[in-house]
Amino acid sequence: MRNGSFRRFLGERKALAGAVFLLGMLALVLLLPPLLGQDPNLTDRAAGFWAPPSPEHWLGTDDTGRDLLARLLHGGRVSLLVGFASAGLSALLGIPLGLLAGYKGRGWQFWIMRACDVVQAFPSLILVLCLVSLLGPSVWNLIFVIGGLGWASVARLVYGSTLAAKNKEYVEAARALGATDGDILLRTILPNVVAPVWASLPMKVGRAILWESSLSFLGVGLRTPQASWGNLMNSALELATLTGRPWAWVPPGLCIVTTVLALLLVGEGLRRSLNPRQGR
Amino acid sequence: MNQFAKRCLSAVPVFFGITLLVFFMMNMAPATIADAAGEGEASSAARAALEAELGFDQPIPLRYLHWLQDLLRGDLGTSYRTGQSVGRMIAQRMGPSLLLTGTGILWAVLLGVPLGVLAAWKPHSGWSRLAGGLALFSFSAPGFFLSLLGICLFSVKLGWLPAAGMYSAGTSGPLSDLLRHLLLPGAVVCLGSIGNLIRQAQSAVGEVLGEDYIRTARAKGLGEGAVVWKHAFRNALIPVLTTVLNHIPHFIGGSMVVERVFGWPGMGSLLFTSVNSRDYTVIMGVTVVVALAVLGMSLLMDVVYRLVDPSVEWGGGRP
Repeated sequence: MRNGSFRRFLGERKALAGAVFLLGMLALVLLLPPLLGQDPNLTDRAAGFWAPPSPEHWLGTDDTGRDLLARLLHGGRVSLLVGFASAGLSALLGIPLGLLAGYKGRGWQFWIMRACDVVQAFPSLILVLCLVSLLGPSVWNLIFVIGGLGWASVARLVYGSTLAAKNKEYVEAARALGATDGDILLRTILPNVVAPVWASLPMKVGRAILWESSLSFLGVGLRTPQASWGNLMNSALELATLTGRPWAWVPPGLCIVTTVLALLLVGEGLRRSLNPRQGR
Repeated sequence: MNQFAKRCLSAVPVFFGITLLVFFMMNMAPATIADAAGEGEASSAARAALEAELGFDQPIPLRYLHWLQDLLRGDLGTSYRTGQSVGRMIAQRMGPSLLLTGTGILWAVLLGVPLGVLAAWKPHSGWSRLAGGLALFSFSAPGFFLSLLGICLFSVKLGWLPAAGMYSAGTSGPLSDLLRHLLLPGAVVCLGSIGNLIRQAQSAVGEVLGEDYIRTARAKGLGEGAVVWKHAFRNALIPVLTTVLNHIPHFIGGSMVVERVFGWPGMGSLLFTSVNSRDYTVIMGVTVVVALAVLGMSLLMDVVYRLVDPSVEWGGGRP
């Protein structure tokens, strides 16, 4: 069964290309900095401020003479970390809550689903903005807040499929055989409801990257000296950089777009290969 | 009517949830209100006096009730930064925000829905590829990047459109001036929301096109155009409408970032300014107003849904 899904995923050309791109990006941000040997926080006085691209500094230097390529790569580490870790946290919280709400019904269902309503009534970006500004802008706080708020959509997804699964014959069969609630939830229902969650996770990673970069760009997320794809583009709010130094802000923008695009393609491929009957 | 009352009742716990969440969030603030009021260096006695004056020496549940009471009367408090009434500040910013978000969504509907219908009708055509590509682009390009590219190209290089604000300096401006200022940020908001609309229209029409009554319509010799635009499209409108309303919180978040980049005088700009100056009453006010608006909208959506299609269950499928 799982093997079949994997083989089908290999048949999804666009999704495969997305996956390869993501692995490449990951390898680049992890392996290239030590090879280049540039310190992202070191001011190069010889090169000066806002130096244009040169053999030493491929993307030039920023307003305090720091190497922009090194900052781009280190920023990529941070942006990818925030994306993947917060999506993981959302799944970790959302799956059990959705299972409980769907399986236990009654009070559990009422309170968990109302909590979902509350969280989803806010434009997520506003809530993330408020919480991050209260907790203080750090990588872990961003992960904590984005992941902590993302549980609602995962829980809603799992809740729906659990509700549909719990009256199926195989669940009744398990119960007739004397399985406890915990057994049924973990062994019988969970494997059957978790597929749509896997398919939705890449999209959540992408959205987390977009939120993080939007906030950092506007100066309310990660701040210098910590680099992120978003705050590297902050300098483009000055006209001189926007028009005269495109190498400073276009590369991080392209990194964000291509990474999120690759994640979306992977997500769509996963959705199709995990659920072949749904068609294209 | 009974069902309607039940649906309204189910919004009550959500209302309390929203207000509680906002209230406790703001009370978790590490900096005290006295700091925000610019009294950072003041003696502890002066600070205590200020906090007492603002009612901060009372127990938290009592303060929540006071705040809720004021909220229901429409009183959102006064800003620590400007001393103005928060309600009035928000009211001033509401119009521009609605204008920008509304325009963006309207353009997205006018462009995205026909494109989605075309893509569903001709699944292997250039239209379908265009629709798919545009949707992916809409999901993956952050609004601030698009804004920067737009300003760089259309405002600076070509000089066609203004880069900031709502009116040219010093004038309250004729309508054409407002439209020129609206074009660029509106286009970015449109691009941010168009993906959802294309996808939804495409899948809704695609589903309807497989139905029996469509086959009947075709069999009786009705032209393809009439089948698609009159029968399939009309039946696909409800899911499209739902998508628009369901995604409004998402669209609002997106247009707030756009507002900030373009210096658009809306609620998004207000929120970012307040966050930077730790003006908690304003942050609280904006957040609670937006969330309650979304709550009201989802209630409204259920009513509209029911009017359009009487066979729909109350709750619109949202458990």
